[in-house]
Order: sequence, then C-alpha cells, then structure tokens
Amino acid sequence: MVPLVAPLPFFTRLWFAWVVFFKVLFDGVFAAKIFTPQLEEPKGAEPPKLGGEPAEKPAPVVVEKVVEKIVERVVEKAGPPPTDAALQLLALLQREGRFVDFLEEDVASFGDADIGAAARVVHSGCRKALREHVKLEPVRSEDEGAKVTLAEASPNEVKLTGNVQGKGPHTGVLRHRGWRAVTVQLPTAVAGHDARIVAQAEVEL
Amino acid sequence: MSTPRYVVGIDLGTTHCAIAYAPIPTDDTAEPPVPEMLSIPQLVAQGTIEARELLPSFFYVAHESDGPQSLPWDESRTYVVGEHARARGVDAPARVIASAKSWLCHPSVDRRSAILPPGAPEDVERISPVEASWRYLEHLIEAWDHVVAKGDPDLALTKQSVVLTVPASFDASARELTTEAAYAAGLEDLTLLEEPQAAFYAWLANRGDTWRKDVTAGDVVLVVDVGGGTSDFSVIAAVDKGGELVLERVAVGDHILLGGDNMDMLLAHMVEQKMVAEAEEAGRSLELDRWQRISLQHAARGAKEKLLGDGKAKSAQIAIAGKGSKLVGGTLRTEITREEVQAAIVDGFFPVVDSAARPAVRARAALTQLGLPYAQDPAVTKHLAALLARHAEALPGGEAKKGKAPKLLQPTRILFNGGVMKSPVLRERVAGCIDAWLGEEGAEGARVLEGADLDLAVARGAAAYGLARLGRGIRIRGGTARAYYVGIEGAVPAVPGMEPPVTALCVAPFGMEEGTSADVAGGELGVIVGERVNFRFFGSSVRRKDPVGAAIERWKKDEIEELAPIEVDLPTEGRAKGDVVPVTLRSSVTEVGTLLLEAVPLEPKKKDERWKVELSVRGSD
Repeated sequence: MVPLVAPLPFFTRLWFAWVVFFKVLFDGVFAAKIFTPQLEEPKGAEPPKLGGEPAEKPAPVVVEKVVEKIVERVVEKAGPPPTDAALQLLALLQREGRFVDFLEEDVASFGDADIGAAARVVHSGCRKALREHVKLEPVRSEDEGAKVTLAEASPNEVKLTGNVQGKGPHTGVLRHRGWRAVTVQLPTAVAGHDARIVAQAEVEL
Repeated sequence: MSTPRYVVGIDLGTTHCAIAYAPIPTDDTAEPPVPEMLSIPQLVAQGTIEARELLPSFFYVAHESDGPQSLPWDESRTYVVGEHARARGVDAPARVIASAKSWLCHPSVDRRSAILPPGAPEDVERISPVEASWRYLEHLIEAWDHVVAKGDPDLALTKQSVVLTVPASFDASARELTTEAAYAAGLEDLTLLEEPQAAFYAWLANRGDTWRKDVTAGDVVLVVDVGGGTSDFSVIAAVDKGGELVLERVAVGDHILLGGDNMDMLLAHMVEQKMVAEAEEAGRSLELDRWQRISLQHAARGAKEKLLGDGKAKSAQIAIAGKGSKLVGGTLRTEITREEVQAAIVDGFFPVVDSAARPAVRARAALTQLGLPYAQDPAVTKHLAALLARHAEALPGGEAKKGKAPKLLQPTRILFNGGVMKSPVLRERVAGCIDAWLGEEGAEGARVLEGADLDLAVARGAAAYGLARLGRGIRIRGGTARAYYVGIEGAVPAVPGMEPPVTALCVAPFGMEEGTSADVAGGELGVIVGERVNFRFFGSSVRRKDPVGAAIERWKKDEIEELAPIEVDLPTEGRAKGDVVPVTLRSSVTEVGTLLLEAVPLEPKKKDERWKVELSVRGSD
C-alpha cells in the first residue's frame, strides 16, 4: 500500500520526537491519548490512570476548548484545512463585533469611559455572533461555590486545583462551571473565498 | 405531474421571507403533522454562506468589484438575495432593492417595468417589482432544492403544493402580479392566502383541538399584524351555521405602509439629536456619517426591544462604532431611557385615542416624487379605529340586532402578529385602546389570544392551511375582500372643468368565493380590434351588497376607490382591424385565489371565444 501521507523530513521528526518525549513525560492526558491505540472523540478516550495529573493548560481554558472542538469537527469531515475554520470564527467576530479591531488597538492611552463604550460594541456584537454559531452550556450544572463530589471525573471536563492528591471520588468547591460547546455551526465558505481575509479593506467612492 | 409530497407555506414578506413545510399525510386518520421551518442557505457576507430561518427580502445588484456572488447551486451569480444584500444596502444603497412588495401594490407605477432600484446608477440593470418578487421566490426554490430535494425531481419545490401569502389588503391586481412572479419562478401548484388569516391558522394549529374553548360562535377575532414594513388588519368572525361553527373573514384593512422600520428610524433620529445636543454641550461638534446612522438604527432597535420587552430595564446604553479600524475613542455613546422610548414609540405610533379618531390625511404636494405611498399618519391605533368604524356593519346579521346600530365592529378576541407586536408593552397598549372603545359602546373587553413566534407564524400558518385544504381541519371562508367595478363614462357633452360622470358597474361582488364565476349582465363594452383598450377600474371594501351587474351612479367619498386601469387587447384573428366588437364581461375567482376578468364577445366567431382582461396595467398618475 502506498502511504497517503508524505513522510516528514528528518529534522522535523527529530524536533517532534524531542517535544513528544517531554510531553509524554509531563502531560498525563496527552500520554493517555497516545496510549490509546485509536484517536477517538475526547470523551471516549479514557485515560488508564484515573485521578492522575490533570492537564497542564494555560488559564483561558474556555476559549481554547471552543477552538479545539471546531477544528476537530472540521477535521473529521475532511473539509477545509483547520485554520480556515478558526479564521472564519475570527471573521465572524470581527464582522459582528469588531473583535480584531478591538484587540489590535492600543488601549493604554484611553480612559475607562472610552474603553467601556467600545467594549459595549464588541460585547453585544460578539455575543450575538457567538450565540448564533456556538451553543455553549456549563460543564457542571451546580452553582459556583457549591460543594461537589466527583464520582468519575474526566480530565477533559474537570480540572482539580488546590491540594490535589489521593484517590477519588474527590470532593471540593466548584470554582468555575466550565463551558462545553454543544454544537458548532460555522458558515460555509464559497469556493475561491480567501479565508485569510478576516475583514475586507473598505474604500468609499 | 407527480403528486406533491409536501405542503409548503411561503411568507413573501416586505422585509423577510420564510418557508414552513410539512409532509402530506398518507393516512387520513393520523394527527396532522406540525409544520417545520426551512433554514435557508444564503450569502451573509462576501463569500460566506449560512442557513437562516429568515431570508431578508433584499436584492443587491453586484458591482464588478464584488466578483461573482457564488451560491452552492450557482457559481457565477451577479446578484444577491438575502442577508448579504441587506448588509450591502448599508454600504452601497443605490444598488439595493428593498420593499419590493410595497412597489408591487403601488397602483400608479407600471409594476412590470424595470424601475427598481429607484435612482440606481447607470451600470445597474434595473428590474421590475414583479421580477424582484420572482427572484426572492427563485432563491427560496433553489434553497429548498439544495437542502430538501437534493436532485430528486419529485421533491423539487415547484412540484409541491405551495401556499403563498399576500397581505389581506392586496387588491386583485397585486394578487395577480404575485402569482405572475410565482409562475415565472416555476411554481405550479399554487394557492394564495391572506397573511392575517395565515397567522390565525398558525394559532389554530398551535392550539390543536382545544382552540374551540377560546373561540366559539359569536366571537369576532381581530388580527393585528404589524411587521417590519406594513400593518395589516383583518377581522374573522365565528358564526354558527346550522349547528356548525364556521369561520368567516368579514373585513380587511387598507394597505398601510407603516411598520417596525419606521419606528426604528424615528428612534434613531431621536437618539442622534440627543447625541448632537450632548456634544454641543461639551463644546464639540458632532455629525454622524451615513454608516454611523445605520449602526445607530440597529442599536436603537436593540434598545427598543429591550425597553419595550419585559418592562424591567429603565434605560439602555447605545454605543456606535466609527467606520475605521480605530474602535476605542472613535465610539459614540449615549443612553436612552424608558420614558423616551415610551414617548417616541408607544405614544407616537400607538397613541391612546378614542374610537372616533381617524388617521390624518395631508394633501399631497403638487409635485410628488415618485416613491412609495407611505402612511401619512403614523398612529397605528387611529388606523385601527378607522377600520373598526368602517366595518361596523360587517357582521352577518349585524344590523338585525335590536337597539341602536353599533358604531364599531366589536371584536371579542385579539390575535397579534408581526415582529413589532412581540413587545408586551405594545400589545397591552393596543388591547387597552380597543377595550376603551368597546367600553364606549357598552360592550365587554376583548381577550387576547396568545400566539406563538410572531415572526414565523405566517409561514407556519400557510403550511397549516395547506394541510387543512387537503383534508380535515377548519377553513376560514371569505372570498374577495372587495367588490370590483368597471367604470363606464356617460355619454354627455363635454363641459370644461367637469369630469364626465362615471357609472361603476359591479363585475365581482364582495365576498365572491374561490372557484365561482359570474356573467355581468348589462353594460356592453365596445372593444376595438387590434388595439389596447383601457377601462377605469374601481374597488370597494365596504359595499357588501352590490350584486353583479349593479350600476352605481353615486357613492360616498372613500366608499369606492379607483384602482389601476384594466385593459383588453383583442387579437385581430378572424376580425378586421379597427372593428368595434361589443363584449360583455365575465368574472371568476380562480382556485389560486386571483380575480379573472374575461371579455366575451356577443357574437363569437368560434365556440367559447373570450379574451383575458389584463388587471395590472400602468396606472394613471
């Protein structure tokens, strides 16, 4: 059988092996995913060691999750390259809520009132765009601050913090309910459309 | 032709279109299926397609700089229908057609000639109001075929049983033009339904069998439909006929070009004034550009919906961004209070008036620009009072009641429809006004029927009506909402400054039902062979008792209105050009729901010889 995927160049492989070595060593979830022979939906990929070290992820978990989901869906459908989906979402947020304009602007020199006014534009527009395209629900239905006992916790869903030790079931206080993207509906790009153009330049005649 | 598999309800609205559909049940005893909405794929931005439940009724003629406006089913399209067209209306307004439907019922323009967009630049190929409607339907048909039929010719939308809604106030020619657009788009199995009736069917379908608890014999339902661009009213009476409950549409309102868009525009204007005043106070000068004005209108709509919604918020913040990429510092901000919205929208468009209030009519300026005949009085409640007073005697057997005749048609139930009426504050205001009027008459207040999803009810109701037509389920009877007359000018010596007296010959009575026809006795007309001959044409929504053939010589002002003229074009076949052929008229209401007028020669050259009388020709202006 002829391999469908072109082999990676040697130096890329060397770099990759180096990275993966440390990733496997320090990231339990990643290791678990590799360990499972087939790459499935994150839910199905149960790590062999429960209550192990949670994923070491940077703070804004929510945003990252959303982006991940989209990419995964698109990949499953073998549609456009994954960056297109991310760019589409970015274009959407820019179109409806001037998201990129806002982030790209230097806000340091402005007063809170000016930033507040702009934030309203961004908030109302981005919220509309988000709600129309991504259906989000909290990962945990309890109120924040409530005491919860985790019968079986998937490391994908729950991150343990504080005095993390011992075997489950763990009991603790819910600090953040988390977000789960239930459905993602991204616009379809027309053939020939350049997704890299997040916002067109405008010239008034 | 294959048998249709679905009933499809199409709401061809002034500002939005929607499609609802339901499979035709093969088993008569089964519960009727619930109509579903079709998500309509459309361009929402350059090169971006999304499926949405509403298709904005906008048409954008793409410029060469836009490139092709590809759709999944057509890669080289040069125009856009839907959300992207609406958005381009902000950036390049001269290339966008909006409110095509209002042009379709504009009596003094030729609705088959290419006049839209009005004032378009020279490189834009204009289209007619009929073609604009056709393009919207075409998009809906293509979207359906793409999503549902997927290449199966039996499932194509043109092969399904389609119910298309029109405003109740559309006259015979506007209905005819709507069907013309539908046939041009390829629809074959077509029925028209009035929008307020569709809203009522949606309510019936929603309630299932329990609706009979809410509406019983003797009830009079007023449907108040205030959409984005137009307001449309109808009255439906529940009558006991030999022990069976019959629903009858007894009155419809005039065509009023007044809706939510007017309200948003007013509010935006108010906010702009306020922003300018605030800036001046702070010693700055402020002028909004066009783009900021449009953003302001969107923001004002949001604020309106918030403040007229649950009634808790006291004020809403409005922020509009500048056009450049600089957002912070370039954003304008203000606040709008509940009182301001109350004054502008609730009291401005829905003032508390007594039942004797009538919409103000300004004398038209001598030089009117050719545009849409927008309502001259923005007070919806005044239009409503006028409708109820006009049709005070509309109820079957209404005059036979003892005591003094009612001054108003007295509704006992109210059903709201249209995006504007989603606001509970506005619903309360309208219901309150009507209750006060009923109180003046010594009648009990009317109860509000709770409708569902006021934006989509018309499409859903149209599909529900399609199901009711096929099998069981109650139907609203109504027939034509007007009586129609041909004007015959009397042969009198011309007197300068005096119009010759016109006799109105009734050719179709009020309430003429679908599938019936009538020969107009008396009133022979002379038609010249090989020439287009025009006749004046009139309609009345209040003269309920004129039979076919009645010759009316005098009528009260406002009782009969002149419509676009009608035209007979006699082919020369078998006759000498220039001959005058005496004809009589024959009228019928087709199964589709349009009025058909035919000229029947007194001395036919062949069996069943007759010619169609064209209803929608260019009006006299």
